[in-house]
Amino acid sequence: MEANPRSTGRLPAAFLTPGSSSFMDFLGGHSPDLLPGKRVLPPVQGVIEAPHGTTIVAVSFPGGVVLAGDRRATMGNMIAQRDIEKVFPADEYSAVGIAGTAGLAVEMVKLFQLELEHFEKVEGAQLSLEGKANRLSTMIRGNLGMAMQGLAVVPIFAGWDVDREKGRIFSYDVTGGRSEEQGYAATGSGSIFARGSMKKLYREDLTEEQSLTLVIQALYDAADEDSATGGPDVGRRIYPIVTVITDEGFRKLTEAESSEIAHAVLERRREQPDGPRASLL
Amino acid sequence: MSTPFYVSPQQAMADRAEYARKGIARGRSLVVMQYADGIVFVGENPSRALHKFSEIYDRIGFAAAGKYNEYENLRIGGVRYADLRGYTYDRDDVTARGLANVYAQTLGTIFSSAGEKPYEVELVVAEVGSSPEGDQIYRLPHDGSIVDEHGSVAVGGNAEQISSFLDQRHRDGMSLAEALKLAVQALSRDTNGGEREIPAERLEVAVLDRTRPQQRKFKRIVGRQLSRLLGAADAASAPTEAPSDEEAPDDEK
Repeated sequence: MEANPRSTGRLPAAFLTPGSSSFMDFLGGHSPDLLPGKRVLPPVQGVIEAPHGTTIVAVSFPGGVVLAGDRRATMGNMIAQRDIEKVFPADEYSAVGIAGTAGLAVEMVKLFQLELEHFEKVEGAQLSLEGKANRLSTMIRGNLGMAMQGLAVVPIFAGWDVDREKGRIFSYDVTGGRSEEQGYAATGSGSIFARGSMKKLYREDLTEEQSLTLVIQALYDAADEDSATGGPDVGRRIYPIVTVITDEGFRKLTEAESSEIAHAVLERRREQPDGPRASLL
Repeated sequence: MSTPFYVSPQQAMADRAEYARKGIARGRSLVVMQYADGIVFVGENPSRALHKFSEIYDRIGFAAAGKYNEYENLRIGGVRYADLRGYTYDRDDVTARGLANVYAQTLGTIFSSAGEKPYEVELVVAEVGSSPEGDQIYRLPHDGSIVDEHGSVAVGGNAEQISSFLDQRHRDGMSLAEALKLAVQALSRDTNGGEREIPAERLEVAVLDRTRPQQRKFKRIVGRQLSRLLGAADAASAPTEAPSDEEAPDDEK
């Protein structure tokens, strides 16, 4: 069969046909069965039980943007995984954090990373940040059928816009609806609490270091109120995944760096369990 | 109905090979060479946008001489092959050997099918290993054969002369600046033995650098970093520096 990627024969005609620079379009034409959105779903009764990722937060500051996530995956009232990674680099200048059905979300991220890389290699140029954000929108829309059965994926996309020279954050809904967020954003079950926390702590002139502390504070508050969000696990040395994107590109904080901030926050919370106070007026 | 003239298979193949070789010879030659930290691609290319070298996958680079539309077609086919394979299995399952085989099959089928015009291209597929011993360089001539190369390789019109020049001078463990200088020297020699100057802005240079922290090792060397490396090579005895990421903006940024 021509579509067999294991064949070491001649490249199938589809490979040498001039066409789209999109890997998803190529896959859709050549082996549509590999596209997550094209899967035929059997009828199911009720909600499918699968591990869920929970809280992702993002903050922009004058030199870039920070994207962070807790480490817990839950299945119903059980903790499915304590050290799951939910924040991934999308390419050199952007990252994506995912909440929702973990299996589908990780697959979507993998395809999204490939989509951006494929375009870059074929065209010799990167997509604009806007273009990347729209591409993610299309992918979420492709997952709508599964979202209707309770297998939703709701990401946050953040990146450095090289043309406008600023960090930007995009949030999504299950239908692929995209909205650009000003300053800060959160998604997942703990997002309500994280957003409230960030709303009180966020300022437009935050430095990179302050932004890093802010996301950990927000994740702490989310974990404090939401059982599906995991706080810093000191015993097992599992700390939130924190990433920064600036004009120098994507960087993931090392475990030592994120544990240091987490410990500083924990230390303060010991004296003041509800965290920093905002002034009344 | 007229009887077609009989052409012996040997003659038919020889004609096709000559046709392809002439087409390739019209293009400029290029050099692919191992150096201490990886593999460097050097060629003369007046265009900033139409590349002779490009990234196929994490550790795999592609170089081509000959007809642009034909090798561009093969390049994109290779990117699709690699991305599909990496997506289906794992990133580690994409290898230069596999890609070279697919290219060889493709070129070979086209070359020997009477209905198709042979491709006027010569390709190089290179993969950088974690150590110089792991580097792989495959040369793919127009007829679909594969040549496993070591050290240095040249393709294009003047390839034989350049190759023999490089074979005598290339040694293992050269620095990037030394390798670059040698490549430029080789490319600057005319067929009649004379030398001409290739200005830096007409050079296309790319590397597969195994020391790059990113998963993707391919990197174009442009602008200041290129002139610095050429300068370092000119000051022959001066110690040469390793390329640093922050000094040279990648052209795709």
